[in-house]
Amino acid sequence: MIEVKDIHKGFNGEEILKGITTTFDRGKTNLIIGTSGSGKTVFLKCMLGLFTPEQGEICYDGAVHTDLSTEQQRDLREQMGMVFQGSALFDSMTVEENVMFPLMMFTKQKKEEMRDRVNVVLNRVNLENANKKLPSEISGGMQKRVAIARAIVTKPKYLFCDEPNSGLDPRTAIVIDNLIKEITEENDITTIINTHDMNSVMEIGEKIIFLRYGHLEWEGDKSQIFKTDNEAVTDFVYSSNLFKKVRDAQLKGL
Amino acid sequence: MFYLDDIGRYFLMLKGVFSRMTKGSVLRSLIFKEIDDLILGSLGITVFLAFFIGAVVAIQTALNLTNPLIPKQLIGFASRQSVILEFAPTFLSVIMAGKVGSFITSSIGTMRVTEQIDALEVMGINSLNYLVFPKIVAMFMYPFVIAIAMFVGIFGAYIAGVYGGFVSGSEFLTGLREEFIPYHLVYAFIKTFLFAFLLATIPSFHGYYMKGGALGVGKASTSAFVWTTVVIIIANYILTQLILS
Repeated sequence: MIEVKDIHKGFNGEEILKGITTTFDRGKTNLIIGTSGSGKTVFLKCMLGLFTPEQGEICYDGAVHTDLSTEQQRDLREQMGMVFQGSALFDSMTVEENVMFPLMMFTKQKKEEMRDRVNVVLNRVNLENANKKLPSEISGGMQKRVAIARAIVTKPKYLFCDEPNSGLDPRTAIVIDNLIKEITEENDITTIINTHDMNSVMEIGEKIIFLRYGHLEWEGDKSQIFKTDNEAVTDFVYSSNLFKKVRDAQLKGL
Repeated sequence: MFYLDDIGRYFLMLKGVFSRMTKGSVLRSLIFKEIDDLILGSLGITVFLAFFIGAVVAIQTALNLTNPLIPKQLIGFASRQSVILEFAPTFLSVIMAGKVGSFITSSIGTMRVTEQIDALEVMGINSLNYLVFPKIVAMFMYPFVIAIAMFVGIFGAYIAGVYGGFVSGSEFLTGLREEFIPYHLVYAFIKTFLFAFLLATIPSFHGYYMKGGALGVGKASTSAFVWTTVVIIIANYILTQLILS
């Protein structure tokens, strides 16, 4: 579980996050949504430890990040997996080497043991026979699967995903969303996904927080998001023509 | 103030490079990869340039020896001095600022743009040590490249001088051995070691701290080349003053 208490973060005198307080539960897919520039990525990077908040605290299963020693912070980072928007796979490494990389850095396993673990996670993300390919030789959807495999290979306690289905066709996007949800439940991970894709919200949004101008505007689950009176959330949800038409049809009783 | 800020960040980067070392076995393979990319990959162009630079130095010297009282062996002497003291260590380092420097900046810059550096940081890896330290170690092989360049440069001068009909082989070799001061080689290699360090770190700095997308990588590569060249030229002046005068 991750608890965020009143965090503030700014750059060059401009405050981006203006006091966010929320909780992300373990074993659930927690979604952060909001329009571009609402502070989603900054918020995610604060939780990853890439940015240090100017105020407030972030607790990882009770451990306050700022109270931890450098060594403990590094140990904490080893318990985090991250799926980047552009996958962020290492160009010069094959798929197998990319997934094996965290194991090589942080474990003393033998090469065979590492290879076995890599094959297990690649099978889990339904990616077989791609071990020796370079990232440039596989599709965007496959790259995302490799990124997920790399993020979970060390059995992390926390999984962060920054727009994991951006640039993917709708069918592949749903497959990736469901894969993340299944992995979260199987491994009892605290998963936080940054997205502005309403299909993801519909598919896997067990807890949703909506950010607006650096504030936490609304929080709830996927059943509540379509019933809320919050104007900003409604505007965001129904900015999609598809959702707008579905709502109009519902109102007309069709 | 802007430059002072950059200089400060450069030294902070160096501090980061030498702290929190990457796992030894991983580092070893990274160093060998960098030696392959930065050193072995530069040998061909270095040998090519050194041969023709040496040849041109010999021809220029010969064409300027209009006074019959000046012995022809001066061609060998001048070629040796020019190649060992300046052309091999300094001139080639400026060219390497373009070749090796832009390679380092663009590879690290692309990793920044595609969030690969963020991925390293999220994993708890010291990205500066992981990316820059192997390059610095690999560049310690750079003096071997310059040693080869010195040999090939003098060989080029010999070929151009002798087969161009400017000087006889024995005169060239006599000039080559004349008043040889071994300390000049020490001076040349001290310079080369410093240039190797600059060639590894300044382009890394520009790549690591670049901003923007693909255009930013291009700009960073250009400024890395310019600044590496400027610093090499200034360092060359200071070292020459300190060591030779």
